[in-house]
Amino acid sequence: MSTHYTATAKSLHWLMAILFFGLLGLGFYMSGLPLSPEKLKLYSWHKWAGVSAFLLVWLRLLWRVTHRPPALPESMPKLLQLAAHAGHLALYGLMIVIPLSGWLMSSAKGFQTVWFGILPIPDLLAKDKELGNLLLTVHQSLNLLFIAVIAGHVGAALKHHFIDKDDILARMLPAPATEN
Amino acid sequence: MQRFTLALSLAAALPLAAQAVEYSQIQADKSAINFAYKQMGVSMDGKFSKFAAQLNFDPAKPTAAKATLDVQLASIDTGSSEADDEVAGKQWFNTKAFPTAHFASSSVKALGGNRYEVAGKLTIKGRTQDVVAPVSFTAQGNQGVFAGSFAIKRADFAIGEGAWAAFDTVANEIQIKFHILANAGK
Repeated sequence: MSTHYTATAKSLHWLMAILFFGLLGLGFYMSGLPLSPEKLKLYSWHKWAGVSAFLLVWLRLLWRVTHRPPALPESMPKLLQLAAHAGHLALYGLMIVIPLSGWLMSSAKGFQTVWFGILPIPDLLAKDKELGNLLLTVHQSLNLLFIAVIAGHVGAALKHHFIDKDDILARMLPAPATEN
Repeated sequence: MQRFTLALSLAAALPLAAQAVEYSQIQADKSAINFAYKQMGVSMDGKFSKFAAQLNFDPAKPTAAKATLDVQLASIDTGSSEADDEVAGKQWFNTKAFPTAHFASSSVKALGGNRYEVAGKLTIKGRTQDVVAPVSFTAQGNQGVFAGSFAIKRADFAIGEGAWAAFDTVANEIQIKFHILANAGK
């Protein structure tokens, strides 16, 4: 049994790590800007990247259910194994509901999402100012939760590597070409 | 059947024309002025909630019709309060110095059927441009609905200056749609 994730799983993991860090940073930065053409551009880019991330998550989930990841080490206490699975489940869930909440918020605020300025994404909700503001709060809160879970995810990976000294972090890192 | 309908509509139209009904009493609460434009390639729309109009329209003498319209620019609803505040500012409408957009018709042409072409002058932010709008007129009992739309270029009126002057975020062309309900006077 392979002790590494597949190259595809690794690529998707790191691609999405970069994408979500970018989205989080951009999201917090742009929302504090005064209204300007730059702000409108950044919002559009954020939405385009968010739609891309949403699509990648489903691709990733498809890969995940068709390719069993390497098992957690036997030495790990059952409770921590359960926490690891719950953490991953939360990450997948948030990666789906966060773009979804952004899309719904855009619809309710009357700003349709047009992917890369070309492909219009249907508005699921009619224009409604109050609902739009509520969904903004939902989008922000989910992202704060996301940051907390990511912090836990990164912290756990580092703990495995530096304290437990197991291969949990290494198996998500680039590996020799034979390990496919 | 078609002939019967035709006869009926003729019968309905004749007394109306003979009576010289003039539509002049604007029902502001049942009228609307909306606009549409593109922002980052996305279709956006909004409306003005406060405006006043004077109208004299007799379907029997359409070319004698006159219309003026004053729109309170600060009554804009773009969909976000941040944008409403922004467009009231100096770079956009500068509503402190130029509170209203003013339209005055100069001529009306009958295009046949219930369609007319209204030409006039539109003044926004101290700049006046000629505009031509196709207008459809529909009589509904004692009331008449005037509906139509036309496009303006925001740059012609210096709407959106400075950082907003480029059209890559907010497009130059703005569609103005109007739907005016007027009661018939004597």
